[in-house]
Parts: sequence; structure tokens; C-alpha cells
Amino acid sequence: MDLDAYVACPECDLLHRRQTLPSGGVAKCTRCGAALYRSPRNSLDRTLAMAATGVILLIIANCYPFLSLNVEGQFRETILITGIVELYRQGMPLVATLVLLCGIVFPFIELAGLVYLLLPLKFDHRPWRMLTVFLVIRAVGPWGMTEVYLLGILIAIIKLTSMADIITGAAFYAFALLSFVVAAAAASLNADSIWQRLTVRQ
Amino acid sequence: MTAARYGLVGCHDCRQVSRPRPDGDQNKHACPRCSASLHPRKPASIAKTWALVLAAAILYIPANVLPVTRTTHLGSSQTDTIMSGVIYFITSGSWHIALIIFVASIVIPALKLVVLSFLLISIHWRWQWRPEERTRLYRLIAAIGRWSMVDIFVMSIMVGLLKLGLIASIEARQGIFFFGAVVVLTLLATESFDPRLIWDRMEDR
Repeated sequence: MDLDAYVACPECDLLHRRQTLPSGGVAKCTRCGAALYRSPRNSLDRTLAMAATGVILLIIANCYPFLSLNVEGQFRETILITGIVELYRQGMPLVATLVLLCGIVFPFIELAGLVYLLLPLKFDHRPWRMLTVFLVIRAVGPWGMTEVYLLGILIAIIKLTSMADIITGAAFYAFALLSFVVAAAAASLNADSIWQRLTVRQ
Repeated sequence: MTAARYGLVGCHDCRQVSRPRPDGDQNKHACPRCSASLHPRKPASIAKTWALVLAAAILYIPANVLPVTRTTHLGSSQTDTIMSGVIYFITSGSWHIALIIFVASIVIPALKLVVLSFLLISIHWRWQWRPEERTRLYRLIAAIGRWSMVDIFVMSIMVGLLKLGLIASIEARQGIFFFGAVVVLTLLATESFDPRLIWDRMEDR
């Protein structure tokens, strides 16, 4: 029995024989309906493009003015990290760390890691420490929450417009785009094909 | 037939199916592809999930009772809990914001605790009832769980922007720490739960 030809459902453990999927297809478990494996179109190129775009957007989001506030003649300009630093100063180091990790650090590790893996693979080279890097990407991926962060930013803006003028900066638009780019990168990644390139260890 | 029935183990991460060597300790078997340690089911899933659910349920109380913010506006200041913040938005006419915060911060964490407890009890009593729907319930809370972080992100933006001393400022209070702990614990609880246990009970028949 060639075990590579089989896949066990991650949610109900039913054993399935792998089949070749049409481009863009998803294989689902016949018993519980969980997604088993996918075959996104042009997976490598698309994911690489999205991840590289994401890295650039994340850098812009961290360097340029994010939001400014104008109330009663008082003006205050912030960058993305300002609120996190302020939470830390107010005696909330753990909450500040949580926001920093889920909002900025984990998405950056995921995007930069994907570029590191996929760029050499595109030219048929095997990146150094491929397995370790991919395992790190898989571990931090679910904890990256740029889309939730974006919703939080929008709610904060709506909350504050009742008492102040809010001016959105370049970093705000970069972050808004970023949350879509992260989702697109995750959707186009074919994890199966990366695993298959990792040869069996002796 | 499940992989376990064939004596096979599917890697929880890379999905590679492999057969543990019959002489070796089944719990020390490593995935031939990604070298993760393999277990037929997540180890101590039920005990871990119960522990995280109970811890989150206890912290859910201070998260909702203690104030999460202190707002100063033109010299007067007031503290708000998550719920009083929601009520403030209903009364000020922003019912859609109130709804998002209410669902993300109050309903979703509670729903996750109720659903996980229900699934754990159903496994304990070996229910045969609708395994497919119960798996879907698990998939639902796994998908929506991350959105309860939204209030923490809102806070991180507000404290950074609104810092104009007595004119207008906002400060985080201890409630937000407990709320953050609830969110992280419920996310970990969802991750430690193994939905395959729902289906194992079906095979016991």
C-alpha cells in the first residue's frame, strides 16, 4: 500500500485515496465535508506576488503617518505602532504584545517567509532550512489577524469622528490593502505542493 | 474506514499518512516528511480543552465586570465596561457599531465556551447524534473565533490617537487584560480540541 496515495481527513480521520484535482478545485471529505486538499490556479506565482506585495505594504504601513487627530485646535499625529507603545506605557505589556504579534509581527513573518520559500522554488532551487521556515509559517499563520485589525481600525475611526477630525495617512491605506493581500496569499498557497517538494528524511 | 482502523496516522500538519513501526512506542512516532511527532489523536485533547474552557469561563467574569477604558473629555472622566460601551453606542445612534462590538466581544467568546463544552460533553457521553452537524459547529467556532480580537485592536488605536490630556484622552483599564486572556484561551481551547473524537464514538458501536 503506497501511503503517499492516501490522505486522512483532519477532522474525522476517514481515509481517502488522493485524486488529481482540476485547477482551482477542492477535495472534500465524503463523510464530514472538511477540506482535504486544494489545487489553486498558478499557486506559486500568485502567492509569491501577493507575499512580496504584502511585505512592501507592511513596511509602508509601519513607516508612514497612520492616523492624525484634530480636536479643539489640538493636533496629534500617530504611526501604526503608537497605540501599541501607549498600551505598554499604561501598564498593559501583555495586551500590547498581543496586538504587536497578531497585528504586525506574525503577518510579517508569514509574508517574508513565503517570499523566502517561493522565490528560490520559482527558479527550482531549494531554499536553505525549507522545512523549518515552512513549519514556522504554518504555526504563526492562524495568529496573524490583519483583517480583524483593519475592522478595529475602522471602528476606532468611526468612534472618534463624533468628537474629532480624523485624517487618514498613507500607512492607513497601505494597511487596508495589506489585509486583502494577506488573505489572497493564504488563499492561493498550495500547501500540499510545498510539502511534496520536501523530500523524505533519511 | 478511518486511518486509525488501518493502524495509520495522518500528520496533523502536513497530512502525510504513515504507519508507526509495530515495535516502537506509538506516541514517539515521527512524521517521515515533516518530522513532527505523530499521534493518532491530539494528545490529552479532552483534558486540555476542558482546562482552557474553564479558565476562560472564569476570566470571562472580570473581563465583563471590570472597566476596560477610562475616557476623559473636557475635564470630566468616566470608566466603561464592554457592555456599557455597547449601550453607549446604541444610545448615541451608532447601533451598527454597537452590534459589531456586542457580537465580537460578548457573543462570540460565550458561544465558543458553550459550543466547546457541549462538544466535550457529547464525546464524554458517547452520543451518536448528528456527528456531521457537530463537526460543522466546531468548524464554525474555529472560523469566527479570531474576530473577538477586534475590541483589543480598537483599544490599541484609540489609546494612541486620543491622548490630549484633559481635553480628550482614553486609557486602558485592567478589564482589557482579562478580556485579552479570554480571547487567547478560547483560541487555544479551539486549537486543542480534536473533532475526530466525535467520529471515534460513532465507530464504537
